Amino acid sequence: MAELKYTKDHECVYLDGDTAWIGISKYAQEALGDLVFVELSEVGKIVDKGDDVAVVESVKTAAEVYAPLAGEVVEINEAMADDFDLIAKPVNEQGWIVKLKVSETSSDDLMDEAAYAQYLKEID
Amino acid sequence: MVKKTALHEAHKKLGAKMGEFAGYDMPLYYGLGVMKEHEWTRNRAGLFDVSHMGQIHVKGMEGKKDAVEFFEKITPSSFQNQKINRTKYTVLTNEQGGIIDDLMVTRTGENEFHCVINAGCKDKDIAWIKSQITPGLDFHYYDDLSLIALQGQASEKVIRDVLGVDLSELPYMGLWAQDDNKLFISRLGYTGEDGFELSVPDADAEHLWNNLLSHEDVQPIGLAARDSLRLEMGYCLYGHDIDATTSPLEADLGWVMGKDNTGFIGTDVVLKQKAEGITRKRVGIKLLDKGVAREGAEVQLEDGAKIGELCSGGFSPTLGYSIGQAYLPIAYVNERQKIIVNVRGRAIKAEVAKMPFLAPKTKTTQKVTAGEKKYG
Repeated sequence: MAELKYTKDHECVYLDGDTAWIGISKYAQEALGDLVFVELSEVGKIVDKGDDVAVVESVKTAAEVYAPLAGEVVEINEAMADDFDLIAKPVNEQGWIVKLKVSETSSDDLMDEAAYAQYLKEID
Repeated sequence: MVKKTALHEAHKKLGAKMGEFAGYDMPLYYGLGVMKEHEWTRNRAGLFDVSHMGQIHVKGMEGKKDAVEFFEKITPSSFQNQKINRTKYTVLTNEQGGIIDDLMVTRTGENEFHCVINAGCKDKDIAWIKSQITPGLDFHYYDDLSLIALQGQASEKVIRDVLGVDLSELPYMGLWAQDDNKLFISRLGYTGEDGFELSVPDADAEHLWNNLLSHEDVQPIGLAARDSLRLEMGYCLYGHDIDATTSPLEADLGWVMGKDNTGFIGTDVVLKQKAEGITRKRVGIKLLDKGVAREGAEVQLEDGAKIGELCSGGFSPTLGYSIGQAYLPIAYVNERQKIIVNVRGRAIKAEVAKMPFLAPKTKTTQKVTAGEKKYG
């Protein structure tokens, strides 16, 4: 199984070489509830770490999805704009929102599964 | 300190996601989630704790009409011909013709009234009403009453099945009282569905809540869905769609004004507006392209000129597109007027739309049957 990383803002990241597939964690999905709109960045957009690459909207609220690493948006999941249920799929399959070609592949801010689970316990 | 309703523990037991609203820790949504809670209420029956809202009572002197006159002073509505045990939606106006709060006023006797006021306006309303009150009027604020709303097409059946009370002949805006005066049921709500609001002593609230919830047609519904339900009906949320600077006419609530009431607070300003015309009005906004526009989003003409901003906005689960409300200059208050709503720099095509966005399913107020006598 692919190793997934997580951010404090609940992005979920799958690193495939220098391509980062970015989605949102189960926790974020549950907090948002059913999605009603996904706004995607344009391919070619250069982002710094922390810039937004997408906005996911539910009935309740709008949540920005931030770039966990600096890079360039190389692909956007247009299928997701029509089928919001895809968000629940694994990030390394159909659950990604955007793909970034990243300039560095690691960051101290990324947590592995266990660290993220611990983090969720702390914030709950 | 954040306040709690008598049903707070019940919400936690149900696993509600709690959040602060108007100083209260309230359920925002439960297990179903906002979208399904919204749909459930439209299709079956949703149960809401609205005990954060305030309940007050004003009683005048025996054989006099001072309470009637008082309500015709603090609101622009007429109450002289209001039937007993019937409710009116109206507003409290200030001297500038602005809205202090919107409220439900039930005539509970010849010369007495019961009101339900907004949670966030409670302190302000009570201070205002007391400052306006005339000698001989008795004012009471209930700090020991809960209010539970049951909304949706199955509500009448649920009340019959659970409480053994047949309200089929209770008209819209009618009030039913249990013999011991420990349960009051009004056929009204804020969702556009047929439904009821039940007022009970705090001590009885959890028992009633659990009983209603035991019915297969009932699910608990949080404040998030309450907001999307009321938005679809074009109803106002105080502090957002109406406030102290919006007049009843600007808010498109001119219908609450009684023809013969020319003595309410702010009359001069409001009647001048009526004679000379208003410069802006609250309208519905329908997004024609994908996206969600929320409160604060700029409303622009197609050339980008700003003409207003959304005072409410969100996704309509029933319609499948986004809707909102805004105050626009009167020149643009035309159905299907093309506009742009700017969301994070993205121009979303939209148009001015008629409200309610979908047809209400409330019962008629005119239902006069054998039951009429019993209820009023």
